[in-house]
Amino acid sequence: MLELIVISTLNGVLFGMLLFLLSSGLTVIFSMMGVLNFAHASFYMLGAFFGFQLTKWIGFWPAFVLAPLLVGAIGMAVERYGLRNTHKHGHVAELLLTFGLAFAIEEIVAMIWGRSPVDYRVPALLDFPAFTIFSTNYPAYKIFMLAVSVVIFVALLLVLRRTRVGLIVQAALTHPHMVGHLGHNVGRVFMVVFGVGSALAGLAGVIAGPALVTQSDMAAALGPILFVVIVFGGLGSLPGAFVASLVIGLVQTFAVALNGSLASVFGPLDSAGGPSALSDIWNVTIAQVAPIIPYLLLVIILIVRPMGLMGTRES
Amino acid sequence: MRRLILAAAVIAPMLGHAARAEDTVKIGYIDPLSGGGASVGEGGLKTFQYLADELNAKGGILGRKVEIVPFDNKTNPQEALVQAQKAIDAGVRYITQGNGSSVGLALEDFVTKYNTRNPGKEVLYFNYAAVDPAMTNEKCSYWHFRWDASSDIKMEALTNYIKDVASIKKVYLINQDYSFGQSVRSDARKMLTAKRPDVQIVGDELHPLLKVTDFSPYIAKIKASGADSVITGNWGQDIALLLKAAADAGLKVNWYTYYAGGAGGPTAIKQTGLDHQVFQLTEGFANSGHQPAMDYEKAFRAKVNMSLWYPRAVNEMRMFKAAAEKANSVEPVKVAAALEDLKFEVLDGGTGFMRKDDHQFFQPIYISSFGKLAANEPFDEENTGWGWHLVSKVDTPQAMVTTTCKMTRP
Repeated sequence: MLELIVISTLNGVLFGMLLFLLSSGLTVIFSMMGVLNFAHASFYMLGAFFGFQLTKWIGFWPAFVLAPLLVGAIGMAVERYGLRNTHKHGHVAELLLTFGLAFAIEEIVAMIWGRSPVDYRVPALLDFPAFTIFSTNYPAYKIFMLAVSVVIFVALLLVLRRTRVGLIVQAALTHPHMVGHLGHNVGRVFMVVFGVGSALAGLAGVIAGPALVTQSDMAAALGPILFVVIVFGGLGSLPGAFVASLVIGLVQTFAVALNGSLASVFGPLDSAGGPSALSDIWNVTIAQVAPIIPYLLLVIILIVRPMGLMGTRES
Repeated sequence: MRRLILAAAVIAPMLGHAARAEDTVKIGYIDPLSGGGASVGEGGLKTFQYLADELNAKGGILGRKVEIVPFDNKTNPQEALVQAQKAIDAGVRYITQGNGSSVGLALEDFVTKYNTRNPGKEVLYFNYAAVDPAMTNEKCSYWHFRWDASSDIKMEALTNYIKDVASIKKVYLINQDYSFGQSVRSDARKMLTAKRPDVQIVGDELHPLLKVTDFSPYIAKIKASGADSVITGNWGQDIALLLKAAADAGLKVNWYTYYAGGAGGPTAIKQTGLDHQVFQLTEGFANSGHQPAMDYEKAFRAKVNMSLWYPRAVNEMRMFKAAAEKANSVEPVKVAAALEDLKFEVLDGGTGFMRKDDHQFFQPIYISSFGKLAANEPFDEENTGWGWHLVSKVDTPQAMVTTTCKMTRP
């Protein structure tokens, strides 16, 4: 029992941190610009493929630095030439733009790298078990992912809360004209914020690519869960996204470990009726529905507390 | 006069078209060519086009050219029916499909209904990869022929192998939560209990289809159960991520899989370093040791630049030709009759036959493991340097199951 709890907690925290790594950029863009970026998971995918390609050419560590910068540059271009023009037409237009962009990026990636998974590997330097607990290995790479997530969280929080840059960025969202009158280039602030958000997605891609499967539909597979994280944590709240990632990681991991079903709590149904819709529901174990639980949490939190765990505004 | 020219201009190409249609046998390939299943669908299309070219180079079928006409069904049953109708409108009398049993069942039902309503214009459905047993049992149809071993046949073969391997004592089942995964799971339970009552089934897991990003918690459970072998029908990212999580955690078990060899699978296994611990069940594979098949593999790879995923597609096309020649016609009704109980030497060696009762093809099944190659094994997969190695060959009689099919014959 102790073994199960310790291992599940560890797995849950590791998975939660991966989720945070992926959703941090989305939160930054949303909280600072009010843009719900549907193409975020696509930037993450671009990061993974750039990481893969650059790793092949110049090695993992240069790729680790260059790929996010490249993705950030693409993000800035998207903001400068796309979002800025649609901004005046309101949020729906922005949302639609990023929505279309997501499809375009997927097709482009498929054209260049094909639709099959690519062979993107963990760098040799980190390819060893960091520690072993109850005879289960924990790879160094996962610990590296965890460390990067924590560093990003702390750095973002410090920049946004403690520096002048953070002040200006926050003010630019609510009082763009005032910030403009004070001599700051609001357009450029937004461009940089979007670039940083995209770069974070790219970084997540470079890091998560080897751990997950790098292929052209990875964005579509991961997109929904990211929205769960930021809505659950509170739209635009960085600490909220951090807590939500951990909660979702832990809930999902522990749910998998549980074999309970309605049948095991209330006893089996009368089997004379044969298999039916009811007996199907009755016998479903918690483990079976574990990956769906985050979406259930999303629905519940929207009903009970629409601004999310730590959100400050409703939209 | 102008009108006449106009009419002639419209009609002439149609006549020409009709004349050409007489000379070709069109096979509608209805599988995903966009969306998540596209990588697999494109591989299948290249395979069939290669096979058609091969047949045409040897004079086609009864002197007629074979043409593969691709239709994109986006792995969606509804879309597949639309595409099937489009194919029929374009003069296709044979359709072939493989990805997704839900799509397969929809097509089987469609073809059956279409043929009832359109006597004289019958369409045959050649299935090369949809493995739901229902398609040759309760939902069987005279107009459907399946060349892939259905999931219960593979389990029959696997359990006949496991029967003689005493080192397998504790088995864990992990499968995707949908019709295919569930049938793998229930067949495994039933057949293992019957053939090896001493084997313990220490876990039986179903997880949502293609929704899990982190399999570590599942691996923790497998480890806690003390299993020595895992049986899984997982495919796509569900097998890749499962094996990656297992390798990360240092889990030492043998993996008996249906689809570890699918697109991306070999890459994932090589990444995990699980050398000869991952097994798969197929009707043939590159290093089978059967010389004609290995020569074929070599030629195929040289031209198409991928491994031959579907030896069964070779069997399908060759048997189609054999049946048409036996019937001396490419008329679907006659070909269908000729296919029944047709015996055939399969690509990887050994005899198979198309059972009349349910239109399921029975053939030898190979169990192979993935890892470093021996000297006489020339073929690796996905440029990993690793390839499949023969573990056991289960002959046709040991890879047969009974059927409950009661089909309506024309």
